[in-house]
Formats: sequence, C-alpha cells, structure tokens
Amino acid sequence: MTTVDTHAGPADHGGGHHGSYLASRGSLWADIRNWATTVDHKKIGVMYLFAVLFMFFLGGVMALALRLELLEPVRTITTPDGGAEVTGQRLGPLFGAEGAPANNIYNRAMTLHGAIMVFMFIVPGIPASMGNFFMPIMIGAKDVAFPRLNLASWYIYVAGSLFALASALVGGVDTGWTFYTPYSTMTDADHWRLVAMILGVFIMGFSSILTGLNFVVTVHKLRAPGMGWFDMPLFVWAIYATAIIQVLATPVIGITTLLLIFERLFNYGLFDPRMGGDPVLFQHFFWFYSHPVVYIMILPAMGVISETITCHARKKIFGYRAVAFSSLGIAAVSFLVWAHHMFTSQGELTAAIFSFLTFLVAVPTAIKVFNWIATLYKGSIVFNTPMLYTMGFLFLFTIGGLTGLPLATLSTDMHLHDSYYVVAHFHYVMFGGTVIVLLAALHHWWPKMFGKMYWEPGAQMGFWLVFLGFNVTFFIQFIMGAHGMPRRYASYPDEYQWMHVISTVGSWMLLAGFLAHLFTLVYSLMAGRPASANPWGGLTLEWHTDSPPDEHNFASEPIVKHGPYDYDSVVPPHTEPDEFPLPDEPYRH
Amino acid sequence: MTTIDPTDSLPAEDRPYHETVEKGHHWRTGDDEFDGGKFGMWLFLATEVLLFAGLFCGYAIMRMKYPEAFANGSHYLDWRWGGLNTLVLLYSSYTIAAAIRHTQLGNKAAARINLIITWFCALAFLVVKLFLEYIPKWGEGKRPGVLFDYAYAQDPMEPMWWSLYYVATGIHASHVIIGMGLIGWLIVRNEMNRYGPKNYLAVENVGLYWHIVDLIWIFLFPLLYLIH
Repeated sequence: MTTVDTHAGPADHGGGHHGSYLASRGSLWADIRNWATTVDHKKIGVMYLFAVLFMFFLGGVMALALRLELLEPVRTITTPDGGAEVTGQRLGPLFGAEGAPANNIYNRAMTLHGAIMVFMFIVPGIPASMGNFFMPIMIGAKDVAFPRLNLASWYIYVAGSLFALASALVGGVDTGWTFYTPYSTMTDADHWRLVAMILGVFIMGFSSILTGLNFVVTVHKLRAPGMGWFDMPLFVWAIYATAIIQVLATPVIGITTLLLIFERLFNYGLFDPRMGGDPVLFQHFFWFYSHPVVYIMILPAMGVISETITCHARKKIFGYRAVAFSSLGIAAVSFLVWAHHMFTSQGELTAAIFSFLTFLVAVPTAIKVFNWIATLYKGSIVFNTPMLYTMGFLFLFTIGGLTGLPLATLSTDMHLHDSYYVVAHFHYVMFGGTVIVLLAALHHWWPKMFGKMYWEPGAQMGFWLVFLGFNVTFFIQFIMGAHGMPRRYASYPDEYQWMHVISTVGSWMLLAGFLAHLFTLVYSLMAGRPASANPWGGLTLEWHTDSPPDEHNFASEPIVKHGPYDYDSVVPPHTEPDEFPLPDEPYRH
Repeated sequence: MTTIDPTDSLPAEDRPYHETVEKGHHWRTGDDEFDGGKFGMWLFLATEVLLFAGLFCGYAIMRMKYPEAFANGSHYLDWRWGGLNTLVLLYSSYTIAAAIRHTQLGNKAAARINLIITWFCALAFLVVKLFLEYIPKWGEGKRPGVLFDYAYAQDPMEPMWWSLYYVATGIHASHVIIGMGLIGWLIVRNEMNRYGPKNYLAVENVGLYWHIVDLIWIFLFPLLYLIH
C-alpha cells in the first residue's frame, strides 16, 4: 500500500526491493569498500553529514578555547620582587607555544574557528548532507544526475579540509577567515602554512561548485513524472536556489584564492599598495563570493524550516509560490550587496547604494517569515524537537535579521564596524540559522535516514540547553559591542570582563546541549524504536518510501498526483500521523 | 519529448560498437542522460567564465589606474606570436568540432585524425608561449612584481602589467594543459571504440571545454597584445 502509483514502463529499471541502503555487505571490509566507492546519493549524504559534524566538533573546540581565553583579560602584573607575571593567557599552552604573544595565538585559534566553521561546516552543511540525501528522494529520482561526480565532490571536500587542517597542525595562520590583504601577504606565518590554508579553501570551492552543478541538473532533469516546478517541495526550491549561487559565486573565490596564493608566493603586487596594487580590490573579490555564500548558508536552512513547519503544524504552507520565488529572489539579491562589508573603505555614494541594496534583501526574507507564521496560524502544532528548533530558528533569525539593520545603515555601521556587535549579529544569523536548523533537520529526518526514532525527552532537553546557551553566549555580545569592545583581541579593558564571563558560561551550556544531542542520537542508533515509514505524517515523497529508504529510493518510480503540502485535501480529518501513508487516491485531479 | 531507442534494450555485446550507450540506472532514457550531461557542462563553462571574469576585472581596474604602464606593456609583446597562437587555437577549435561531427557520423578514423591534430595544436600553442614568449621575456628581466628587473622600463608601474600578463596567460595556459589531458583521453577512448553516433557526449563536452579555452584567448589576445 503506497500513496504513489506503481509505474511499470520502460523507465522502470529492475524495480523490486533491494533492501535498505544501510544493509551490510557481509564483512566489515566489504562494507568499508562499499561506502568508500559508493555512488548512492544517500550514502554520500551520510558521509557528508559525518564529515561536517566532525568539522563542527573541531570548530566548536576552537570556539570553547577562545571563550576560555576571554574569561579574563591578559594582564601583566608586577610581582612584589619587581618581576612581571602574565596572567590570563590560557591558549598558549594549548598550542604548545607558551612564548608567543597572546594575541597571535588567539588569532590563530580564531582563524581556525572561523575557517573551519565557514568553509568546512556551514557552507557544505545542510546542502551537501541533507540536500544530497533528500533532494533526489523528494523529487522522486533514483539518484543525482552525476553520481560519480557526487562522490568525487566528497573526496575533494575531504582533501581540501586536510590541506587547511595541515596548515593548522604546523602552527596555523592568524589572518582571520577573510585573509584580508595586505596583512595576509605580510604576516609572519610562513608561506606554506598560509598557502596550504588558502589552497584548502580553493579545493573546497571546487567541491561546492560540483555539488551545486549536480543539483541544478538533477532538479531540471530528474523530477518524477507529473512533478511540475510548482509541485516541488520547498526544500528542493531552496536547494535549487542555493545550487545556483554555488555555481555562480564560487568561481570568484576560486580566482581570489589563486591570486592570493600568487601574491604570497611571488609578491606580484596586485593587492599590495606598495607596488601599486589595491587591497580593497581583494575585499571586493572576496566579498563578491563571501556575501552570496551567506545565502548558501541560510537558504537551505529556510528550506528545511518550510518543511518542518508545515509537517509539524499539519497545515498546508501559506503562500507556496511566494516562498518558492523568494528563494530565487534572495539568491538574486545576494549578488548585489557584497560591498556592505566594506562601508568603512569606500566612498559615500557607493556605500549609500550598497546600503540601499542591502535593505532590499529584507523583502524576500520577510515574505518567507510572514508565510511561515501564517502557516502556523490555526495549525495543529506538535511541539516535538524539530518544531521546537523551528520556533527557535524563527526567534533567533528575527533577532539576527533585525540587528542587521544598524549594520546596513551607514551612520550606525561606522560605530559598530568590527565590534562584538558584528560578532553577535553574524552568530545569530549563522548559528541561529544553520546550526539550529541543521538540528531541526537532523531530528525531523533522523527516523527516515536511519530508521530509528530518537529519544524525545532527551532531545528536548538538548534543545533547551542549546537555545538558552546560545542566547546567554551571544546576546550579551550585542551590548559589549555597542559599548566598544572590538573583535579579534585576546585582551581587553577590565570593564568588559563580566560580560565575557557570562558569554563564556553560555558556551559551556551550549557544549552541554550538544553532548545531550550526541547522546540521544547515538542512543537511538543503538536502542531506538524502529521508525515507521511516515512517523510525522508528511506528504512529501521521502515519506512515501521505507525508513530507512530502499537502496533505489522507491520500489517503483513514483508518479506525483498531489502537491507536497495538500494536507487539507489529501488528509481526512482526525488522521493520526502514523496512519499515513494513505490509501492511493484522492489526489490532485 | 524524449524517445526510447530500441537498441538500448539489446545486451551490450550484441550492439554495434558505435551504438553502445552507457546509461546510468537513474536516467529514464539515454536522451535524458545526454541532455543532462550537456547541461552540466554548460554550467561548468559558466563557472569558467566567472573565474576569468575576476582576472578581466583586475585588468580593467589596473588599466584604469595606470594607463601609461599598460599602453607600454602591450608594446613589449610581439603581436605576431600572439596572432600565430590565435590562429593555432582557432584551427584547433575547427578540428575538434570536426572530430565531434565525425564521431556522430561514425567515422572513427577521421575523428582520430582530428583529435590528434587538435592535441598537437595545443602543444604548439604551449611551445610558442613558453619558448618564444615566457623564457626570452623572463630573461630580459620582464618579470612580475618584485622580480621585475628590466632596465629600460618607461613607467614605474610596468611590473603590475607584467604581473597581470603572467597570471592571466598562465592560468589560461594551465587550461590548455588540462585540455591536452582531456583530448588525450578522448584519443585513447576513441581507439577503444567507446564513441559513436549514439555515444559522443564526452567528445562534445571536451569540445565545448576546448572552445571556451579558445574563446578566453580571443579576449586575452587583444587585451594584452593589441590595445595600446
């Protein structure tokens, strides 16, 4: 009994059940070989998931170390016998470099935190893991368009990460993840450390381009019969818009990193003012990629929210087309606003134009948020973990979005530029957007991916720890920044210390929350209740196959006969979620 | 709408070589796979254009800042070598297009000849670039950035011109080298009877790649050699 039609045509190759994609091949060695050479988008998605979660762990350790360093300012105290003693320098021993100046060590850890989190966790995070796993299933395809390219993307990503991490092992770089010139061409970090890090970013860019290219072709060419563009789930729309940005923006970081490597190795001067070059040109190149990349980070998250919010409120999404088009709208606007990172280094007219364009992105974003809220209205909301995270996202993203306004406004930005206010703002957007939503997605799709239900009370406790810990960590930083605490300093005047202490304690709450999630998810893999095919009562196609999915996604090729969110017309009243999937009809006529 | 080819259903060993279609199990028809493959290649070419767009952007800005140095710069290059290379690349674009057409028609031998000519054209381009341009100029001290050591420079900003010259032509040359690898791969697989009227996607995609390598040179040539 399925809600999708069996389709026995020439397109149905093989067909029949081959068992779960997770099924073992017999020996451990055979399993390892099978996973390492797989072209199955689900396995590659899972491999991405574990890779990015590992990177999140590394970046998180760096973050905790940074907060620990900031627990007290570095002070040089004159001891009674006339000597000098340095207190508060906590990171030195951690890096085995006790003698180096505190700020250098701090900035190396900070660069590593930023580079790992941005390039290795957030950018590939949701699209490469959840997108890889669910996008083909949600459009009723057997795989992505180029499965071998997909596997190659994963290996390229791992290779790039290894390059960047190798740089860290031999001391790291202290440029910040933006590698601004001329500092990055003059810093005392030796050439190879810096080149390895930047080359790592270049290589990961390839992975991003190939994944995006693969996804665009998949969405265009492999939708199930009957699935028009406006029958696609909104997560697919979001992944599609993201893929377009990946394809169009990433080449620019490619050339930027190449030029920076040449600059560092050969001193050819394009970004070096001493030789007639222009460091602001580097900033333009860098942000022409790195601003759109903010939307590579946030658009897939918005797609996830569109899924969880309808599914756990049991209600048709409000304004489907508006939400779908707003993804494309955000993608388009993302290319026009890069120079708002450089208000302090350009002319007033240019800055005013970019300020205006920056405000423009609020329009499609607000369309999404208002549509989500309208979807919740009169929905039968279930407050399980995915829904709690969805609500948490709406809350944090609203704060993150609204605090962006003073940064988009020229006059206030002059005061807040490079202060902790900026740090707080982008953590509200990036952490509140990506990490919170990755957790929503993980819990929403966990039963489907691994066939096991997670432990709800434990996961909810994890949510509250993460949510409160996050706010404790970062809200105080808005105040700190508005009072003038600049970013990228290990030391600071004493008056900021109480705020740093609060922030650091918050980081420990966050750690506790992640450990709670780690525990509940690992526990569910070992002892979780088996999940039914459709535990939440969703209507998108991934709920129309087994949990975990069949090796070939569907027993037979699905034909789509209803929209992805037609809860009002497809679901009879008073249906319990577990009673899905429904008998074949009544679909869209 | 796509059509389903009846030969698809024959076992591979029963099909004539040129009708062997390697179809991934996730595609509905071979035609879909072909369209998807070409679409993917066009997207990739868009990324190549954007990559070089960064270089052209840097060129435009530096030219605006230092017009004298850039006007002098092009006088140092011999347009005849650049022109020769332009002809070589244009001709190779023709031969790879011919190779695609011959593959479509099932003329394996003619495809072989055209691919080999294309490969040698690429080699000729690199020989001209390396031995007639890079090495003599480097020896005269016309080098990028801090390495610049040419005693008769007429403008203090000429090192910047040489920087952009070496970076732009160098990245282009690396694309030529990658193209030689791809064309070599085509030559080998052509001998292995992997291509035919129904299976020429790889030939066509490498052809597209080779055309863009040519196209980028068509922009670099006037910008670096001809405009004063």
